[in-house]
Amino acid sequence: MGILRILSKKQIRGKLMSAIPSGPRPKHLTIGRIGMYCFILVCAIFFLMPLYVMVITSLKDMDEIRAANILNLPKELSFYSWPKAWSQACTGFVCEGLKPGFFNSIKITVPSVIVSVGLSAINGYALAFWRFKGAYFFFGLCMFGAFIPYQVMVYPLLKIEDALGIYSTLPGIILVHTIFGMPILTLIFRNFYASLPIDLFKAARIDGGNFVKIFLYVIIPMSTPITIVAVILQVTGIWNDFLLGLVFAGRDNQPMTVQLNNIVQVDYGVAEYNVDMSATILTSLVPLFVYFISGRWFVRGIAAGAIKG
Amino acid sequence: MPLFRNIASMIALLPMIVISLTVFVGCIIYSFVYSLTNSKLVPVLNYVGFDQYERLFKQRKWDVAVENIFIYGFVFTIGCLVIGFLLAVLIDQKIRGESLFRTIFLYPYAMSFVVTGLVWKWVLNPTFGLENSMHMWGFGWFELDWLVNRDLAIYAVCIAAVWQGAGFVMVLMLAGLRGIDEDIWKSLSIEGVAKWKSYLFVILPMLRPMVVTAIVLIAAGVVKVYDLILALTSGGPGYATTTPAMYVMENFFSRANLGQAFAASIIMFISVVCILAPWAFYEFYLRNKYAAN
Repeated sequence: MGILRILSKKQIRGKLMSAIPSGPRPKHLTIGRIGMYCFILVCAIFFLMPLYVMVITSLKDMDEIRAANILNLPKELSFYSWPKAWSQACTGFVCEGLKPGFFNSIKITVPSVIVSVGLSAINGYALAFWRFKGAYFFFGLCMFGAFIPYQVMVYPLLKIEDALGIYSTLPGIILVHTIFGMPILTLIFRNFYASLPIDLFKAARIDGGNFVKIFLYVIIPMSTPITIVAVILQVTGIWNDFLLGLVFAGRDNQPMTVQLNNIVQVDYGVAEYNVDMSATILTSLVPLFVYFISGRWFVRGIAAGAIKG
Repeated sequence: MPLFRNIASMIALLPMIVISLTVFVGCIIYSFVYSLTNSKLVPVLNYVGFDQYERLFKQRKWDVAVENIFIYGFVFTIGCLVIGFLLAVLIDQKIRGESLFRTIFLYPYAMSFVVTGLVWKWVLNPTFGLENSMHMWGFGWFELDWLVNRDLAIYAVCIAAVWQGAGFVMVLMLAGLRGIDEDIWKSLSIEGVAKWKSYLFVILPMLRPMVVTAIVLIAAGVVKVYDLILALTSGGPGYATTTPAMYVMENFFSRANLGQAFAASIIMFISVVCILAPWAFYEFYLRNKYAAN
């Protein structure tokens, strides 16, 4: 249409008469657009390069790693580093690979996610619908906790857990994850519940629902989307945690990230980079899996956790 | 009887209240009180005033840690914001394969800091890493020995961190860009404003809440940085990439110097408050005031 306006009537007639091939207009591929695609491709290569290096290094044997370019594809595929990283690599004095760490991480992550999400949902519900005087003061205090560096709280918390007799145990690390997950999760749930129509709650009240009944029969059935977001946030967060697992989980429950670091940073012996990279991939498989299957939800979780943080 | 009507709610919120008071408030008080003592291996209440702080500020290592956190904080924040915003703008141009690119830019964010650190440690390995690749391709002059270079090691940490965090900023900014009214774009194109100018001078100021949120979240994360550096450089070479968080952890768990660790952690806490206070003031006080008018 733009062209028609600029051309004079005579020209238009000329154009119409000259039987131009019709069909969709060719896409504009200006210099600017080509430049844009080039830039975005360079960025994509930068972001993908470490993943690529990780995967191909894990598929080479040590001779090839020493001799060849880090970016070259392996000449011969060798898979021995994978089972080694999984069940034989040494973390300090024990050589059982990442396997125990994997199961420890599951033992830590599953109950931590359930407890923290459940507790935070109740918090959010109470804050959104059953406000009492002072509730928001404590909520503010709790939110403040989200920004305190862990280093300030690690040692006193260790003392508290010691006094409770759960330091260096599974319940101990679960409690720690519940505590540190609470501020952001409570915020997410409160915001979600506050956006629900209040009339719904009023109707349930008139029908005689109490605190527990309304939560069980009205609120929980409507909480699916926000619960998915919260679970994704917590699963990736707890699986990727290093510091808390290192301090609070104890030697018997060390999560995968801690064991991975031990395997790679082992000082004695020859460094086996292919085993290191296999171990690194194995450790990031769970969060990557969550990320790839959840896509949109993951993004939503980030936005929910971030906006109005 | 409002007190009794909400008794269930009070009971439900009891865990949150107890945790807020004992952990969040209690731990800060505990750390502060013991930062005034000369505790070594175990916490003892033997007050020495602000000695620990004085000693802390005389430590060369602490100076390096503070300097590093400033470099890291500055480069990482700016890097994430610039790259994140650029990527968001590019993805917003109705490009082909938008969701593919979005997936590529965001996947590092799903990874653990430890994984990020270890991968980059391998990529930047001075013997076998990218430097070697470039030499093999005939670029003999190419140098990438950052991990073993005292002055540059902290920038290697920055690169790894930006690689992981830029996608997060991109998602935030993209959400903001998608929320901008079509009419604004129409009026800008009628006025004939160049696209890059519209983005820089019209759209970016409109995204201010997103930018502020991103900065606050990044800055709060900067102070905490620990696992990434532990995995990537272990604080080395020497102690060239040590950070306040590492200084605290070292004094707690390997040097048995509790008083120092408490003092350093309190300084960390105060700096976070200094970053957050203006933002919280703006967010919760000024905004309400203007909203009321």
